[in-house]
Amino acid sequence: MSRKSSRQLIKIIVSLLLVAISFVLKFDIEIFHNILYVIAYMVVGYDIVFKAVRNIFRGKVFDENFLMTVATIGAFCIGELQEAVAVMLFYQVGELFQSYAVEKSRKSVSSLMDIRPDYANVYREEGTCRVDPDEVRIGEIIFVKPGEKVPLDGIIVKGDSMLNTVALTGEAVLRKVMVGDEVLSGCINCEGILKIKVSKAFEESTVSKILDLVENAGSRKSKSENFIGKFARVYTPIVVIVAILLAIIPPLVVKDALFRDWFYRALSFLVVSCPCALVISIPLSFFGGIGTASKMGVLIKGSNYLEALASTEVVVCDKTGTLTEGVFKVQEINPIGCSQGDLLRYASMAESFSTHPIALSLRQAYDKEIDEKTVTETQEISGKGIRSVVDGKIVLVGNEKLMEEYNITFEKSEQVGTLLYVVIDESFSGTILIADRIKEDSYKAIQLFKGNNVEKVVMLTGDHENISASIANALQIDEYHAELLPQDKVFYLEKLMTEKSSTGKLVFIGDGINDAPVLALSDIGVAMGGLGSDAAIEAADVVIMTDEPSKVADSIQLSKKTMRIVRQNIVFAIAVKIGVLILSAFGFASMWTAVFADVGVSVLAIMNALRILRMKVMK
Amino acid sequence: MNTYKFKIKNLDCANCASILEGSLQKIDIIENVSISFMTERLTFECTEENKNQAVELIRKVIKKEEPDVKLEEV
Repeated sequence: MSRKSSRQLIKIIVSLLLVAISFVLKFDIEIFHNILYVIAYMVVGYDIVFKAVRNIFRGKVFDENFLMTVATIGAFCIGELQEAVAVMLFYQVGELFQSYAVEKSRKSVSSLMDIRPDYANVYREEGTCRVDPDEVRIGEIIFVKPGEKVPLDGIIVKGDSMLNTVALTGEAVLRKVMVGDEVLSGCINCEGILKIKVSKAFEESTVSKILDLVENAGSRKSKSENFIGKFARVYTPIVVIVAILLAIIPPLVVKDALFRDWFYRALSFLVVSCPCALVISIPLSFFGGIGTASKMGVLIKGSNYLEALASTEVVVCDKTGTLTEGVFKVQEINPIGCSQGDLLRYASMAESFSTHPIALSLRQAYDKEIDEKTVTETQEISGKGIRSVVDGKIVLVGNEKLMEEYNITFEKSEQVGTLLYVVIDESFSGTILIADRIKEDSYKAIQLFKGNNVEKVVMLTGDHENISASIANALQIDEYHAELLPQDKVFYLEKLMTEKSSTGKLVFIGDGINDAPVLALSDIGVAMGGLGSDAAIEAADVVIMTDEPSKVADSIQLSKKTMRIVRQNIVFAIAVKIGVLILSAFGFASMWTAVFADVGVSVLAIMNALRILRMKVMK
Repeated sequence: MNTYKFKIKNLDCANCASILEGSLQKIDIIENVSISFMTERLTFECTEENKNQAVELIRKVIKKEEPDVKLEEV
């Protein structure tokens, strides 16, 4: 509890004690009670009255402090002393609770985002010292002990270790790092001591960028926030005007009407007219939603995007690197008349001098030392493949055209991907399939999209038709367009934007590197694999720190939950306020009920909003 | 146009923040003013040469409407 809050609490307790004394001591003379009440009122409400007086000179009459002061002093004037004190007390209890809840949710969100390093250990002329990460310059050498956070981005110059990326990605993944590797600030060092040469100043480092992004997310406001802000600006004046009319007109018009009764009802109106209960719970809900998303490794750049995600109608995905791993790997080895190992060995040796991506994939799959002396006469046959002599045997590795050129009889295969035909000593010895693999997570993601009312999932890719068709089929994607150039992607995205309903939103998911135009065109642009890619963080509206597309589906779910709570709060608060207004207009509600409609509702709405922080995304 | 960010402290309530935001929007030389009550951030856009004048005007409005509020550069 902050100092301000504890002072408030003391005031409330003292005031309560004074009221209690007045109840216990049954003075015969009423004036003693009255004095006690006035003191209790001043103790608990002097700051409100002070602010109210100050506001009058500034013409701010629709301010909470002013309204509460007028209402309670009005109650004093008609002799409802007890009520005046009670209303002020109740109001202050509500305020206290409110500031406690706001403080608490600020804290819990910042602990979700607890990645800011407190210090850096740096080598300087005077020896090693512990300084603020801000003070470390590019090029300086820092060291990070086991258990410490990496304070700044840099390159390892000594030591190797395992780094935990949990704070950045939401998942406890251990990453092995050694000399020469780039490390990102915010990771936790798990094992050895690392010496790191700093490559970025603190304000440019990953941690600062992420924190900055989340802290500024509140600046882009959602429609709900703007709505409630505008509502509050008309609601309060209207209720105040009605209150004034209520105090004046009925006593003049209605026969036997007592001014005192109607005045009392008008005071209740003033209490209900305070707009804060309505206003606070909405930004609080969005704030909680954005905080919870950060914990899952999803950075949302504004409340408006969190709000829009809930009405996702179309999801458009890039293929390579988004739905697939984006790395070409040996997927299948089908030998004829030799072992799998031999086939792979001959093929990778034949390709050992090549720098073609296919050669790299083969060597990676083989993963053993290649004695390059046994490989001779390597000849690249452009667009077809390679011919080498390995251990004295002629080895051909390539596509169908290569087979045709050398008049080899071979079995044609219809497998999807890059298929290599291998010939050893003039006999066809089998095929090796190299392909990009679909991420395990993509299957889950597509299912989750469909489970969250996404009507259409579309894949746009520059890759070949047959590869795209097989991936779209395997993932049960509704629509795909293959062999696209960047401008074609823009064309299809524009088309999809016009085809969807006006309320539905289009989400584009890409790797954030080559998709800047499409990211900008879509309602919500999502970049994957944000960890370590500044370009992705800059370009997108939502950044997924890991490379799991299912996190987008999780975010949609989180967004729906947030919006549900926002709507509940809006409806609940407005309904209770209007209900109490009607009741008090007809004399059925006391000022007590009115103060409940103000602070009680705001407390309940805040508690409802805090549920978002506890939300666990279904896996 | 550059974006400037400030920490804005001691705001009483979300409604006060929203009203203050409304008043700041009337300042000519700045655009896209936004106050986030939850993160206690004030952000606005203006040209570099107007920055100092803009901050002056903002402080003036704040002093008038919410004298308890403090503005700090981040």
